[in-house]
Amino acid sequence: MGSYAYRAYPYRRPPELDGTATRRGVTIVGAGLAGPTLALLLARHGVPSLLLDEDDTVSVGSRSICQAKHTLEVWDQIGVAAPVVAKGVTWDQGEVLLGERPIYRFHLQPEPGHKFPAFVNLQQYYVEEYLYARCLAEPLIELRPRHKVVGIDNGAEGVTLSVETPDGTVPIVSDWVVACDGVRSAIRRLLDLPFPGEVFDDRFLIADIRLRAELPAERRFWFYPPFHPTNSVLMHRQADDVLRVDFQLGRDADPVEEAKPENVDRRLRGMFGPDAEWEHEWTSVYTFTCRSLDRFVHGRTIFAGDSAHVVSPFGARGGNSGVDDVDNLAWKLARVVRGESFQALLDSYDIERRAAARENIRQSTRSTDFITPKFAASRVFRDATLALARDYPFARAFLNSGRLSVATAAPGSPLSTPDIDADWTGGPAPGEPMIDAPHTNRWLIDQVGKGFALLAFDADGLRPPRDVTVVALSASGVAARRYGAAPGTVYLIRPDRYVAARWRQPNDAVIEKAWRRACGEGRAS
Amino acid sequence: MTAASGSGLRRDLALKRPDDVYNAIVDAHRDLDDAACRAFDARLILLLANQVGDDAAVLAAIDAARETA
Repeated sequence: MGSYAYRAYPYRRPPELDGTATRRGVTIVGAGLAGPTLALLLARHGVPSLLLDEDDTVSVGSRSICQAKHTLEVWDQIGVAAPVVAKGVTWDQGEVLLGERPIYRFHLQPEPGHKFPAFVNLQQYYVEEYLYARCLAEPLIELRPRHKVVGIDNGAEGVTLSVETPDGTVPIVSDWVVACDGVRSAIRRLLDLPFPGEVFDDRFLIADIRLRAELPAERRFWFYPPFHPTNSVLMHRQADDVLRVDFQLGRDADPVEEAKPENVDRRLRGMFGPDAEWEHEWTSVYTFTCRSLDRFVHGRTIFAGDSAHVVSPFGARGGNSGVDDVDNLAWKLARVVRGESFQALLDSYDIERRAAARENIRQSTRSTDFITPKFAASRVFRDATLALARDYPFARAFLNSGRLSVATAAPGSPLSTPDIDADWTGGPAPGEPMIDAPHTNRWLIDQVGKGFALLAFDADGLRPPRDVTVVALSASGVAARRYGAAPGTVYLIRPDRYVAARWRQPNDAVIEKAWRRACGEGRAS
Repeated sequence: MTAASGSGLRRDLALKRPDDVYNAIVDAHRDLDDAACRAFDARLILLLANQVGDDAAVLAAIDAARETA
């Protein structure tokens, strides 16, 4: 099943078996979406890493397909966004239907002037292929397939992993270990960390098929469609004319029966009619949970992505939040490894990304409760919302078929300097992500570089701290409008493109102070 | 102090023809079975919540309804 040509990435006998063990700076466990993204971001900061994966292929099955704008902005830093956009299906619109009738359409990014669209749909195996290709070409990354972590000693001065390979088990000692090893994280299990959360009972069926038909490049969500009248159906187009159809099956569905090709085909036949032809790419009957670790940083072992938190698929908050995690972590870990910041800077990763996980779980749980009501009155209000939504636009705001992933804000981050000017009427506040805009025939997000940056709106004569890029901008124009800027306005942007501080008329001293705070200095640890 | 008593939920009469409005609400349920009543009430609540147009007032009304039971 499936048209993707899997290749095996070369395994080599680990040199530790022959007595040439070297202590590692950073070892990343797991080569899904988060792990290789972290390795490439660290390399961009000049930090080498060892990247271990227990198998030797990319993702089996298309899995995470909706790659969000903020994720594309991260991958653009490491040369992966361009192939993803070129191969994938760009979309920013969607439709919600009740029965056969469209009840409304939505547009996620109606305003032009952004480098990336709201979403590009691309199967996870392609994304991983592009990430691996970049990793293999990067001298600072050592990618080792068929290295399975079977033990961990999480010491105060370093972490020793026991790693099983086809040639034997070896110890690998590192200053830092980042566990990007997924929802069934071996490292989480080996450290015996609880993973509390909520279990949802409804079963869903993913049928990814190649369908010879004109496919819409948009998200479609049906409540009670005629071809599946008791539940909901979600449809997404992917690359290679692959279509994802996600059927809600209910609580009593038999996962073995439902996954049988003849039963999947029967559902698809009802949806696409007697003349449609398709081949199966990937089938999965699943339930889901929303869970989060209590802490993401455990001494010198750090969790990121699904190993740290999981959500329901509605809203595309799984893979995308994993990429956000490592975007948040990479520059901080790089500063700590290089001795530029204290280890306490990593506490802000824990604070900011646990807050993001809580927000993603809250959003995801609300969507799930709307799609799969848990009690009778919940269903009554859901159906009332659906009944009103076509004729009463206000009700569309209540309708929740998935609140789609956007970059998560970090309000109250210890790295942010709160506003001191009172007259902000727009623009991203400290702790919110920067907003892209056109900039001299290119894009604002291309200008900020890999370190800190100042967006200076008709603000001349700034003498910024070392290694802080100054991006000179006009106080009139699209960027100024998106940032609520007047002449003299300055934003301090973090390396992960979040706003650390902003001012109307700053002097060099307040900028320096905010920059030090964003680097993790100036507070007790 | 609870939200119901503290956040601007009015206790005085705001309607001009209270008997007409009350009877219209009740009469709308006359021929409905229980399930249809619940569906009707849900639609009515959502319509009225938006018409109120004041998030705090709607949340205060929810508290007030819960506390009056």
